[in-house]
Amino acid sequence: MLKSPASNPTAGVHSADTQAKIEASEKTFSLNAKDKYYAWLFLGPSLLILGVFIFYPMFRTLYLSLFLTNTVGKPTVFVGLQNYVNLLTSADYLNSLLVTMVYVLGVTAATIVLGLLLANLASKQLAGIGIFRTLFSATMGVSVSVAAIFWLFIFNPSTGFLALMSTWLHLPVIPWLTNSTWAMIAVIITTVWMNLGFTFLILFGAIQSVPRTLYEAASIEGASSRFQFFHITIPSISPTLFFVSIVTLIEGFKSFGLIDLMTKGGPTNATNMLVYRIYKDAFYSGNFSQASAESLILTVIIALFTLLQFKVLEKRVNY
Amino acid sequence: MDVVAKPKFGKNFGSYVLLTILALIVLAPFFIGLWTSFLPTMQIAKGNFLSTDLSFQNYIDAFTQTPILHYLGNSLVISTVTMFAQLLFCSMSAYAFVFLDFKYKRALFVLVLATMMLPFEAEIIPNFSTVKAMGLLNSYSALVVPFLTSAFGIFMLRQSFKQMPVELKEAADIEGLGHLQFYWKIVMPYNRIPLITLGAYSFLGAWNQYLWPMLTTFSNAYRPVQNGLRQLQSEETFNDWGMIQATAAIVVIPTLVVLFVGQHYFKSGANEGAVK
Repeated sequence: MLKSPASNPTAGVHSADTQAKIEASEKTFSLNAKDKYYAWLFLGPSLLILGVFIFYPMFRTLYLSLFLTNTVGKPTVFVGLQNYVNLLTSADYLNSLLVTMVYVLGVTAATIVLGLLLANLASKQLAGIGIFRTLFSATMGVSVSVAAIFWLFIFNPSTGFLALMSTWLHLPVIPWLTNSTWAMIAVIITTVWMNLGFTFLILFGAIQSVPRTLYEAASIEGASSRFQFFHITIPSISPTLFFVSIVTLIEGFKSFGLIDLMTKGGPTNATNMLVYRIYKDAFYSGNFSQASAESLILTVIIALFTLLQFKVLEKRVNY
Repeated sequence: MDVVAKPKFGKNFGSYVLLTILALIVLAPFFIGLWTSFLPTMQIAKGNFLSTDLSFQNYIDAFTQTPILHYLGNSLVISTVTMFAQLLFCSMSAYAFVFLDFKYKRALFVLVLATMMLPFEAEIIPNFSTVKAMGLLNSYSALVVPFLTSAFGIFMLRQSFKQMPVELKEAADIEGLGHLQFYWKIVMPYNRIPLITLGAYSFLGAWNQYLWPMLTTFSNAYRPVQNGLRQLQSEETFNDWGMIQATAAIVVIPTLVVLFVGQHYFKSGANEGAVK
């Protein structure tokens, strides 16, 4: 079982026998003491990066949000919670909160419903179903700027695909992106399309792991496939549904790229969502203290949803 | 027999029709984008969507008149470095949390978990100052350094390291393997599937970065492809839809190929990450 001392780098001058004895006696003390140095070596780089780029910025953001700042972002006058009071009493900011909520809820509901529809269909035992499974996950490979280009052309009011279709069918052309309501719908559609591939894969995986015997038993009892979907599939995958919903919600709150590429927050702030606002207030208007307060509000919202997500993960760990 | 088979075929036929319609809807933006990338912008502007005047001219223009290849190269460098750095640093941290015994282990782990609650998007103001103070603005480093590790990666790898059989560690102790050897020779090879999964996630994550590179890069020399495409849209090419679609196709086609080839890994990874 033991190799000869020559091939055992830590054995050194000890015979195999003494080495084993030393190891046994030292295990609880010296090995653990040595662990401390290895711990620094193994954990050091990650702790340094997380400290500098995740922890420090949070405290710095909190600090800045309690001051007024000059144009280069240096704090000048301590104002306490005034920045928060200003934000929460500003119709403009409350509008941003509202449109973000509408967007996030719209995106999450549509992503889950469509993802479930695709995942349930793709779970059928049919010949060639593998092709559909691959195709349904295709949008996973689409990055935000590619999605924006595809959909900006589709929504383009003069030469876009939907405008052409409407003209051919003699229907009124929808003012996508130039009307407040339609702009929101356009951004939601694009986000849902981008989300669909990933959501499909996760939900499909969950449905695959539901025991087939449950369906067989239900079929024998004469349960319709609709009944099976609502009474077997949905309850069996509910933890995954919850997990995917929260991931989608969190990603929705962090949305920035599509807004910047498709609407720039417009028209008239109709899609001016939280992260886009932070970016504008800080890097365009130079209002770093207000943008910091906005950042902290966003952090609180996302932290709450992440805590919920941890609860689900915890359940899974104890499974 | 016939009576049973008939409705079953009808049912399946309906499923195929529905599956095909849904697949067409999901894929429509790809088809529309790809189709217009072969049309001259003149025809697109006139609304001649079904023009048969197809050519590769837009692709030739995209390759010769825009820095799209350079953007792709930048993204490739940034994503590859980020991926390998995260594989190394996340696995080292996960190793410490599973196989090492040290003070404040539990507290440090909770701290790492806690960073998962803090969105990077809400920390761009101090991070911009930090990167600026380090003199890293407009460089590859600005886009890589903040993402050398990830709390999610540490958490994910810790979960798989914990599931390794205890006998492996015992055998390694008997063999006299030190921590470095055990980590590199046993733990890493044993966990290659979760490592591949994390690699894919971190590569894609870096590839899809948008806000941070937009703040920290100002020249085509370092600009990654997401921001490069935005740059092309805002430049003189604004209404050159044919060429814009060609650049989008150039960016998306390699990703789709990789995705379909790597589907097997993605699937197992995605399912592993999901809750049952």
